[in-house]
Amino acid sequence: MKTTNRGLHQAMKLTLGGGLLVAGSALALNAQALTVISFGGASGDAMQKAYFGPFSEESGVSLTPGDYNGELSRIRAMVETGNVSWDVVELESPELIRGCFEGLFEPIDWERLGLEDQLLDDAISECGVGTFVWSTALAYDADQLDTAPESWADFWNIEEFPGTRGLRRGAKYTLEVALMADGVAGSDVYDVLATPEGVDRAFAKLDELKQHIQWWEAGSQPPQWLVSGDVVMTSSYNGRIAAAQEEGRNLAITWNESLYDLDYWAIVAGSNRVDEAYDFIRFSSMAENQSVYSSEIPYGPVNPEAIAGLSDEQAERMPTHADNLEGAIYVDTNFWVDHGELLEQRFNAWAAQ
Amino acid sequence: MASVSSQSGSIDTVSTVSLKSQLRRAERLRKIKAILLIAPLALFLVLVFVIPIGSMLWRSVDNSELSQVMPDTATLLQEWDGEGLPSEHTYAVFAAELRDSRQGGGLGRVSRRLNYEDISFRSLLMGTLRQLPAESQDWQQALTEINPAWSDPVTWRSLQRAAPSTTDRYLLASLDLQRADNGDLERVDPSQRIYQSVFQRTLFIAGGVTLICLVLGFPLAYLLATLPTRTSNLLLIFVLLPFWTSLLVRTASWIILLQSNGLINKTLLATHLIDSPLQLVFNRVGVFFAMVHILLPFMVLPLYSVMKGISPNYQRAAISLGAHPFAAFWQVYVPQTVSGIAAGTILVFIMALGYYITPALVGGPADQMVSYYVAYYTNSTNNWGMAAALGSLLLVVTLLLYLVYHKFVNKKQLNRS
Repeated sequence: MKTTNRGLHQAMKLTLGGGLLVAGSALALNAQALTVISFGGASGDAMQKAYFGPFSEESGVSLTPGDYNGELSRIRAMVETGNVSWDVVELESPELIRGCFEGLFEPIDWERLGLEDQLLDDAISECGVGTFVWSTALAYDADQLDTAPESWADFWNIEEFPGTRGLRRGAKYTLEVALMADGVAGSDVYDVLATPEGVDRAFAKLDELKQHIQWWEAGSQPPQWLVSGDVVMTSSYNGRIAAAQEEGRNLAITWNESLYDLDYWAIVAGSNRVDEAYDFIRFSSMAENQSVYSSEIPYGPVNPEAIAGLSDEQAERMPTHADNLEGAIYVDTNFWVDHGELLEQRFNAWAAQ
Repeated sequence: MASVSSQSGSIDTVSTVSLKSQLRRAERLRKIKAILLIAPLALFLVLVFVIPIGSMLWRSVDNSELSQVMPDTATLLQEWDGEGLPSEHTYAVFAAELRDSRQGGGLGRVSRRLNYEDISFRSLLMGTLRQLPAESQDWQQALTEINPAWSDPVTWRSLQRAAPSTTDRYLLASLDLQRADNGDLERVDPSQRIYQSVFQRTLFIAGGVTLICLVLGFPLAYLLATLPTRTSNLLLIFVLLPFWTSLLVRTASWIILLQSNGLINKTLLATHLIDSPLQLVFNRVGVFFAMVHILLPFMVLPLYSVMKGISPNYQRAAISLGAHPFAAFWQVYVPQTVSGIAAGTILVFIMALGYYITPALVGGPADQMVSYYVAYYTNSTNNWGMAAALGSLLLVVTLLLYLVYHKFVNKKQLNRS
């Protein structure tokens, strides 16, 4: 009895030890892999196909993809405890600016990256490299309207285009759009909005349309409302409209005066794979790889040459297509990081009246 | 067992004093056992309930950003009388601490805090840090050259307000109040007033939903309690069915039913009861529809369980003694259901107070309740002070209402007996 017991004991020890050894070597392997964290979902799938897979094949660097929901707190915890397991992360612009200011990311050495003259100006940031462009634009059901609305002024024109409108419930995007409808040039919008008079002007313009607005909260609502006929036109994220177009709906986008913003790659401060991280970012910014990504999902490439690699039909749906960029304005994230809270509070007070 | 037998054997000989002490010991032993039995639960509650709520209450007055990241500046500013400009020494200490603040995210926290005083602080600190000289004989001049705001007393008074380790600004802001430059309380600018009406709205919606649930739930519970068991069990399943469906799914289906081209509007249009679609969703109507539907079971079940225990004989006796059937119902039956009504209303009301996702999806901007703003400050702007202050106020309001309610219900029950 005793001997078998001892045998069992030894066998267990062996298996345990072996298991630990295997786990250990897996960890060691993992430590050499480059960890790239994206938002996952459809965009993550497209990145897998365009960037993650091809990069590790070509460079021989093994890559561990992962996803998160954009919480800065997770990155902050890593940097503060010095236990950095993520190397490259995808970020939206407000988090990039906040995190950069807090020292959570490695400042980008643009000379070392060597892409400065290849990418859109807006893709170049202190701590981040833009990777794709998404847009908030005027969308409508082309089957319902005889003439296409051409600007936000048309959006405000109840006589020519009767019916309910959809706008995002919140100050961001809504105030910019109201000012443009009131005749402010796209390039001046944030200068005007930074003054108290400009804010009053935007809310006064919104007052005109208030009773005709149905406010949306989730990005899936605008295309759904257009299809169901609840609204005749609405602001919407371009990717959502493109998805509805693929389902055979005749929805259209007015790109004039659309608002675009970028998602960025950033390198987490304290990463010990900085060289590979630079290689990865360079790889994912190359025109041919950006084309693959944008043909999977209708987000615009930050490398203008990538448009050439898309079919005409695909290219026309990109926020970065030359025709679409004309008259579009870049969302001023610095403005919203500073003014956001006050303006959102005023918006909520106004909307409840 | 052993102690009992020994006690009975010596009961005549021992004095009452030692009997008392033995009793006390037995009592203590029982208490210890009871405490040990509930210890895991108590520990659990302390960990997941008392500590988080305590830390939330603390966060609503927490003002430690500046005193943690720039301790010496904070101390000097607290000693400063607020007249004119602070001393050259303060300038020098501030410059040194600003330079070190970028490590560990300290600058981010400080600038976020200072931006609540004035929205230009973040860019002011960032710009100053970028141009900060390594050495200077006259720091006041050096900082002023970078940005003239540093020779403006207002800038320093803002910093001074952020220096103490606690603040009432978040709690005041949750009531649409603020401190004027001289420290007096004042109401915020009318265009920024929102939270008083948000609290009123929250209480109104929660109260309205509770009332509708009671009016709808009481007859249903009565029916369930009086029907034969087989039928009532079947009906009970229909009451419970929504419980098994996800809250989001139910909310989303209300949107589909209520929207302009939804089932209800289409039916009404087809039957020519209305000419144009009714606005049933993305306003208060939709919020009431969805919340009542979701919360109704929480009213029906306590009512049902109480009603099930009421013997029908009391009502019959009242009628046989000559009472009108309605009087028998109202004066004999209803008072016996008070504990069920009390449990149902308090449950529904308190759950409704914290509703967030349902109003967010089926309500308009004028139908959002306190929790919506708590979520906004937590997730979107990282202003945990405001989120905690709004949450704490909601907690206080709920507790006050509960006390009032408790008194009221107890009185009712006493009156009855």
